[in-house]
Amino acid sequence: MLGILILLYVIAGGLLFEVPRLPVIRETVRNIYFHVGMWFSMMFILLMALIYSLKYLRSFRPEDDLRAVSAVKTGLVFGALGLITGMVWAHNTWGSFWVNDPKLNGAAVGMITYLAYLVLRGSVEEPEKKARLAAVYNIFAFVLFFVFIMILPRLSQGSIHPGVEGNPALSTGDLDPRMRKVFFPAIAGWLLFAFWLFRVYYRIMRLKMNMEEFNEND
Amino acid sequence: MLQEVKQMIRKEITLEWRQKFAFNGVLLYLVSTVFVCYLSFDRLIDVPTWNALYWIILMFASINAVLKSFLQERDGRLLYYYTLVKPQSIINAKIVYNALLMSALGIAGLVVFIGFMGNPVKNIGLFLVNMLLGVTGFSAVLSMVSAIASKARNNFTLMAVLSFPLILPLLLVLIRVSSDAIHGATVVEALPKLLVILLLSVITLVLSNVLFPYIWKE
Repeated sequence: MLGILILLYVIAGGLLFEVPRLPVIRETVRNIYFHVGMWFSMMFILLMALIYSLKYLRSFRPEDDLRAVSAVKTGLVFGALGLITGMVWAHNTWGSFWVNDPKLNGAAVGMITYLAYLVLRGSVEEPEKKARLAAVYNIFAFVLFFVFIMILPRLSQGSIHPGVEGNPALSTGDLDPRMRKVFFPAIAGWLLFAFWLFRVYYRIMRLKMNMEEFNEND
Repeated sequence: MLQEVKQMIRKEITLEWRQKFAFNGVLLYLVSTVFVCYLSFDRLIDVPTWNALYWIILMFASINAVLKSFLQERDGRLLYYYTLVKPQSIINAKIVYNALLMSALGIAGLVVFIGFMGNPVKNIGLFLVNMLLGVTGFSAVLSMVSAIASKARNNFTLMAVLSFPLILPLLLVLIRVSSDAIHGATVVEALPKLLVILLLSVITLVLSNVLFPYIWKE
């Protein structure tokens, strides 16, 4: 299964050598295959984290909590990648790595929120209590974060980030048909890659948990 | 439920009254910070800085004031409440009480601020409405975070780390509205933003009511 997923991702990446376009931003359009796909996967995987946290609070099964953490970690990896690709792109088109823009600030706040989630987990020792507090914080944070990135860009007019209407990843209407061939597979590839990474994290964590139980029973 | 909340609020106030040093401490904290700012800025302070400083100081003072709201309760006493009232009553009482406490802080802060730094605010009514609304939102977020942090180690750092990203959306809108108030906007002009603040507060309140029982039960 994993092989296929990575293959899909490689195909998406490999196709980039085909389709150039030359507006003001020149070759940097290619970034759309990476940057957008990464944020898209991050959103998806964080949504998964939310769902698993909700599930945990309903069932109190440790597996659900492990899934939530794994999803958050994957989300952070993709968030960091998205931030880096975005910053490189911004450096080439806007002239600086960071500008004071609602979208960018929203992204930064999101990253801080989820890093705080990990700090919270680090500072509670009992596994059950840790899982419970983390799940509560995750739900709390996710909702507030989403309200934040939905409302704030609309409130302050003048974001220079593409996709001002609010859905930067979905405004495919103005996408060149030649690019769509790569864009959609790219998104699918990143999503699958994110899911694969999530599975890996989850397995590592479950193994660790089993080992601890094993040691305790000894 | 309402009766329980009332009782709990009364209990909080009595408790606060018996140990006035805590409130006085925060008040002194507020005054000292303002004084430090006054000395460092040498009285030549422009309006955006005034505004930002006021909110930053108020935010830190609030975090300090709310921090103790769950920490001061010993385990035995918590268990006692647990047998007496619904968890929702406890969190609602804390939120209402902290909101009252922070409004007092906010007003005191404003007086001190105007005393030291001059008064640039053209529409003081809007400024106050904004502050009271904002303080309610602060209270909901901070009470909840304080409940989470009280269950973990190194409380103070955790409290700050967890609450910053959650409070930031609110803070940004608040700063914007109060900047409008300083420039003399009317309440009607600022209404959309005030509604956003209200919305954020209501969302936080609902989330707190739903999620608090999970933190609470041990």
